[in-house]
Amino acid sequence: MKQYVIRRILTSLVVLLGVSFLIYAMLRMMPGDFVEQMTSGNPTVTAEQKEKLRELYGLNKGIVEGYVQWLSDALRGDFGVSFTYQRPVTEVIGSKMWISFSLAASAFVIELLIAIPLGIAAARRQYSKRDYLIMFLALAGISLPSFFFAAVLQRIFAVGLGWLPLSGMVSAREDYTGFRLVLDIAYHFILPVTVFVITGIGGWLRYVRTNMLEVLNADYVRTARAKGLPESKVVGKHAFRNTLIPIITFIGGSIPGLFAGAIITEGIFAIDGLGKTALDAVNNKDFPFLMTYLMFMAVLTLLGTLISDILYGLADPRVRFR
Amino acid sequence: MDSADNKKIMSPGQLVLRRFLKNKLAIAGLVIICLSVVFCIVGPLFSPYGEYEIFYIDTNTGEEISMYDTEALKRPGVGVNVKAPISAKHWLGTDADGRDVFTRLMYGGQISLQFGVAVTLIELVIGVLLGAVAGYYGGVVDMIIMRLVEVFYCIPFLPMMLIVSAFMMTLGVRPEDKIYYLMIFMGIFNWAGVARMVRAQMLSIRETEYMYAAKAAGLSVARQIFKHMLPNAIPIIIVMATMDLGGFILTESTLTYLGVGLAFPYASLGNMVNAVNKSVIMRNYLNIWLPPGLFILAIVMAFNFIGDGLRDAFDPKK
Repeated sequence: MKQYVIRRILTSLVVLLGVSFLIYAMLRMMPGDFVEQMTSGNPTVTAEQKEKLRELYGLNKGIVEGYVQWLSDALRGDFGVSFTYQRPVTEVIGSKMWISFSLAASAFVIELLIAIPLGIAAARRQYSKRDYLIMFLALAGISLPSFFFAAVLQRIFAVGLGWLPLSGMVSAREDYTGFRLVLDIAYHFILPVTVFVITGIGGWLRYVRTNMLEVLNADYVRTARAKGLPESKVVGKHAFRNTLIPIITFIGGSIPGLFAGAIITEGIFAIDGLGKTALDAVNNKDFPFLMTYLMFMAVLTLLGTLISDILYGLADPRVRFR
Repeated sequence: MDSADNKKIMSPGQLVLRRFLKNKLAIAGLVIICLSVVFCIVGPLFSPYGEYEIFYIDTNTGEEISMYDTEALKRPGVGVNVKAPISAKHWLGTDADGRDVFTRLMYGGQISLQFGVAVTLIELVIGVLLGAVAGYYGGVVDMIIMRLVEVFYCIPFLPMMLIVSAFMMTLGVRPEDKIYYLMIFMGIFNWAGVARMVRAQMLSIRETEYMYAAKAAGLSVARQIFKHMLPNAIPIIIVMATMDLGGFILTESTLTYLGVGLAFPYASLGNMVNAVNKSVIMRNYLNIWLPPGLFILAIVMAFNFIGDGLRDAFDPKK
């Protein structure tokens, strides 16, 4: 097990190396660098000063050379200073990611609370009306364009009925503190969380249903039924516990992704998380931020698969790591 | 076995078809896709208006004038007929630039469908080829390809596409060409999933007896892969392609909504929904932004229904 984890981490590092070079090369190929953009409104900046700025940000070197410099800095924990925020990139990501996380995590919990019971309900009567309805809703949610759904919600609940705020995270001009502030943020989170839940729940519903169906067709469930156990016990005790293995694995694997931030939803609702910051960074060509952000996302993905693989082994003693 | 003699013997394909046709959601999906294709491909032939045709209105007489009617445009009191309400002439009204929404819906859907199909084909060509090679040879080849798969799997797709698109905008790539670049990039960033799955299939097919026979018979590698291995992986490939098709259409509309996807001169569904960012339109002109959004939803949902139905039909165990 230990050996397996160590080997997985080592291959992940190799993969990260490849990812970082690819991302670096692509970012460097973006024309119209930030230095031009930053200084375009300021005629007093000389060409010399611009060159100095480029040197400072490592933009004057070739791609390979620049990459080596970036890598050696990154290995020492120096990911550069964000052009737009004028703060270390790691600091910016570190502060923004918690906003994204609080939004994504609340949606995640709600998704699970709805998807697990509904998924099981669908699987218990496969091909019934209930099953069809639940799967229809799941697929409809997956297919919803989040930007469109967000607009519909805004139109109905913010513009039309005026019940909920259109966007933002806190009410302007109200300096709430403490518990009132938490309530205020929660109030602003209702619409974005709804978008997350509706567009994200379909995957979970499908996953729970498929796994439950598999377990319900297993021999031990037939045995449990054959010995005359009530259906509630068959499902609750014998079947559900076994579907928990893949569900826990999937939950564990999804947790890192909650930090990644949602570009569209955060952008539309003007929530100052990682996703919206990334969207702004694309427009501003904030090279150090984008580079680190993309790497951060890659690490989260790798971490997710690693965690789910390890949990799979922990939860299911039949799995042997090689 | 007596009962079996009475029944018509069905081929595996017929069995799959019968299971598929029993799935009501899948049939609904198929109907939606057929209708959409007819609407988007045949529709423009019957529409009296063009994709970029702008309509003007004579405020004195209330008469509507097309932008091609240059004589009438010179009359006094003629202005662009923007945000016209739903009428017999404009079934969904006109947009903020005075163009017919219903007609643009046809062209937008057309581009979305074409785009989705093209990206899926690119993804399949790369993914199937690399996956098959990795699964067939194994060893070092497999190791290298799988690391490459992991690299592409890790690259955050949406931010990367945003950057690529922004990059093309500043580079001044012509919008007519940009669509091809976007297709290729999107295909390149998405082959990893297909490759991974095809490889897994190949690994199990490789160990079957008929493959030992094929090898023993001295068939060439290409013949082994394309004639004997890939056909057995086709069900899974079809299911994945159908689901991805919907996903790509969704991504394309998202990029266009953000203003970095397909741009003028193309009408695109994401682009049409984008009008919602103006609060006046969001509040008062539902006919401009609601139909394209619902159209995207219908197309993507239909592909997902079909994919789901195919999966159940190919694999009756689950």
